[in-house]
Amino acid sequence: MRCKLIALAMMFYGSIAVAADEQAVAENYADLAYAVYEDALITAQQLQTATDALLASPSEEGQQAAKAAWKQARVPYQQSEVFRFGNSVVDDWEGQLNAWPLDEGLIDYVASDYSFELGNEGAQLNIISRTEVNIGGEVIDMSTLTPELLASLNELAGSEANVATGYHAIEFLLWGQDLNGTSAGAGARSYTDYMAGNDCTGGNCDRRSDYLRAVTQLLVDDLVYMVNEWAPGKQDNYRSKLLAGDSQEVLDIMLFGMGSLALGELAGERLKVSLEANSPEDEHDCFSDNTHNSHFYNAQGIFNVYMGSYQRVNGEMLSGPSLADLVKAKSPATAVSVKAAFELTAKRLQIMVDRAEQTESAMKYDQMIGEGNEEGNKIIRDSILALVAETRAIEEAARAINVGNLQPDTAGHEF
Amino acid sequence: MWCYVRAGVITLMAAVLLACSGAEQSANTKPVKINPAAATVVATPIKHRLAQPDQQMPMMAQVDFAVGRSFFRNPWVEAPSATSARDGLGPLFNAISCASCHVASARGMAAVDGQSLLHYVVRLSVPGDKATGKAGFIAEPSYGGQLQNQAVDDVLPEGRAIIHYSDVIRRLANDEQIGLRQPSLTLDRLAYGEMVADVRRSVRLAPVLTGLGLLEAVSEQQLLAWADEDDANGDGISGRANLVWDIEAQQQKIGRFGWKAEQPSIRQQTAGAFHADLGISSELIQRQNCTAIEVTCQQTEHGGAPEINDKLLNHVTFYVANLAVPDSAVQQDGDAHRGQALFETAGCQKCHRPRLQAGESKYPWLSNRTIYPYTDLLLHDLGDELADNRAVFGANGREWRTAPLWGLGLAKKIAPGVGFLHDGRARNVLEAILWHGGEAQQSRVIVEQMTSDERSELLRFVESL
Repeated sequence: MRCKLIALAMMFYGSIAVAADEQAVAENYADLAYAVYEDALITAQQLQTATDALLASPSEEGQQAAKAAWKQARVPYQQSEVFRFGNSVVDDWEGQLNAWPLDEGLIDYVASDYSFELGNEGAQLNIISRTEVNIGGEVIDMSTLTPELLASLNELAGSEANVATGYHAIEFLLWGQDLNGTSAGAGARSYTDYMAGNDCTGGNCDRRSDYLRAVTQLLVDDLVYMVNEWAPGKQDNYRSKLLAGDSQEVLDIMLFGMGSLALGELAGERLKVSLEANSPEDEHDCFSDNTHNSHFYNAQGIFNVYMGSYQRVNGEMLSGPSLADLVKAKSPATAVSVKAAFELTAKRLQIMVDRAEQTESAMKYDQMIGEGNEEGNKIIRDSILALVAETRAIEEAARAINVGNLQPDTAGHEF
Repeated sequence: MWCYVRAGVITLMAAVLLACSGAEQSANTKPVKINPAAATVVATPIKHRLAQPDQQMPMMAQVDFAVGRSFFRNPWVEAPSATSARDGLGPLFNAISCASCHVASARGMAAVDGQSLLHYVVRLSVPGDKATGKAGFIAEPSYGGQLQNQAVDDVLPEGRAIIHYSDVIRRLANDEQIGLRQPSLTLDRLAYGEMVADVRRSVRLAPVLTGLGLLEAVSEQQLLAWADEDDANGDGISGRANLVWDIEAQQQKIGRFGWKAEQPSIRQQTAGAFHADLGISSELIQRQNCTAIEVTCQQTEHGGAPEINDKLLNHVTFYVANLAVPDSAVQQDGDAHRGQALFETAGCQKCHRPRLQAGESKYPWLSNRTIYPYTDLLLHDLGDELADNRAVFGANGREWRTAPLWGLGLAKKIAPGVGFLHDGRARNVLEAILWHGGEAQQSRVIVEQMTSDERSELLRFVESL
């Protein structure tokens, strides 16, 4: 529970000028979110154009173009994830777009030695191969693959591994299973999986095409919704409610979101877990081997919110009043150390990206996590340590501007 | 709950804190909050409300929490596997992950009549006094201490457990009738021969995990101070502490977790669940869960020794210990206030003690807090109807540990089909109350004699905790 009286207290004791700056920072935060989601939408529409072209006339080039568009679409989306924590409108919605890990056997054919979640009724369902399914006595008609139907199949029979929609479902449909474990190589689906008639490989090419069409449409629709929630000048959308409240609360959400993504989600769930488990099952973008970029742009998103700036996909630079400005005004020394912490993270993740992208003997993220891969393990460990230091810096920044209470004291609390 | 402290507002802090902690509060009841679920934009989606870290957990601990959550949630696989940190499932098991029974890190769903049990285990034993031993019971010779209804390839699952319900009608004082369902357990497809004739079977639904780290921090002295084994004060309530074996300490400790308080610590509870429910060995429990006659089970390849390493066991323990106590799901309005008085009139608070004082915890932020779990963590006789007739350590076949009530109002919001009581027979809080007997018989009768308005006020209060 937040204490609304604080706002009142601020009016009596605080400086109105500071409050106004904080409101400007809050508004710039909403502007950033709007721009990032708009870019996510634009690139998803480009992905849709590319997949439509692939489906209209399947070819190796068409598949490459669709894969490139998918990777491009991830750039803004991964930068948007910093808005997820603290903003329930995003957190409630994002599962349909970015849920992971997924049991790909739910969607399409898989290798015979595919190791799925035992007891998961959906793990070997292969929606593409059948027109109906019986789950616990309830028959679901799947003869027409619509965006709504696919959305309703998420978490089928209660398992979170049953992910039918979102970026990773599309990724699987474009790349296919990565059967290389922690060795080199990504998924190797052939474009012929989308061919008509006798040229079709993998069976059910028509339904696979319908699936890709529907799941891409759903992604676009979902992003349209989120762009509207952050659009300026509207009544009753999330942005208007957020900015009508106490601007201190928005700053709290900003810092909470940054810390949660940096430490819990990125350093913990996505880096540390995969390193501990040495398992590609715990790799975030496991079909495309694009995980290094996924991590890099997550961190970039956190930095964006702190600096109040964002480089749009068209190259345009957006910049406005920021947390960094507030920190600098209060404590120039803190501002320097906090920025240094962000730069260290960026540098460490850049090493991960460079190693994964180098033209010869590249090492992708699923190789880095391999047991005994000292070089790869170290790249990940260094990134985790940088993110831990960055989160400490975020706490310092919060303390410097007396915002939020990311680490509340432990004395005398009752609940 | 916490307030921001800012320069310049110190003089106002006293007033602010007062406004936040709410109006009147008696010494022994939970502080009443003004509109606790205030429509703040930061609200966590209801479904995940019980899977959040304690609000006072330091931000820096989020890595541990996240790693623990991952190993709590993600499925374990058969050995050998490329996923070496997560292999070793089975050979015999009930579930593939903690989260497969603890829905959204909370309680399990009630059994569907006639269908194989999903979010449950069935504990087995044979009669005999083992109260002072290390296991607390004598295992069924062929099937062990628990029926595992799943197995890896090449090993036969032990059998299948099914619940059938029959209707029981409770007539209340105002002639209102409440239909309850009495469960009866059937075991079939038993793969390893007949069980011994006088086998004892106890059906257990996955319980909620709210605030366990805080309950672990309550001192043994406090629990013992409340114990009143021979009902010396003559109030009809004779709470007892269950003395159980602590594997780590190699001595007896007071049990506080599990439906019969058979586990002394979250770590041992977690290791026990990995062992019995998932078939995963740990430093604490190193053997596989195969009995002498389950030869293929013994011969199956294992996922290393131990299958979950100590670091990861500690991470999962950390996750479970730090699951937050949520803010109230229901606003504490006038009805709830009247319900609170009725709660005390019925004497519910004699066992469901509102306030406990946590002592030292290994997690400093959980230490020395005043908490409102509504339990005494002691064993009470709940009568014939709830009896499982299976003793474990000092708990006899009629005794159950007082279940904490905090967060209860969220249960059905997280998953509408959840069950209440040890075997999930109650579909809602009222049904759970109406099953109480034994030491709680008198309280139940008072509830049965209430007007229907009073009963809804009582329920509103309980769901606001």
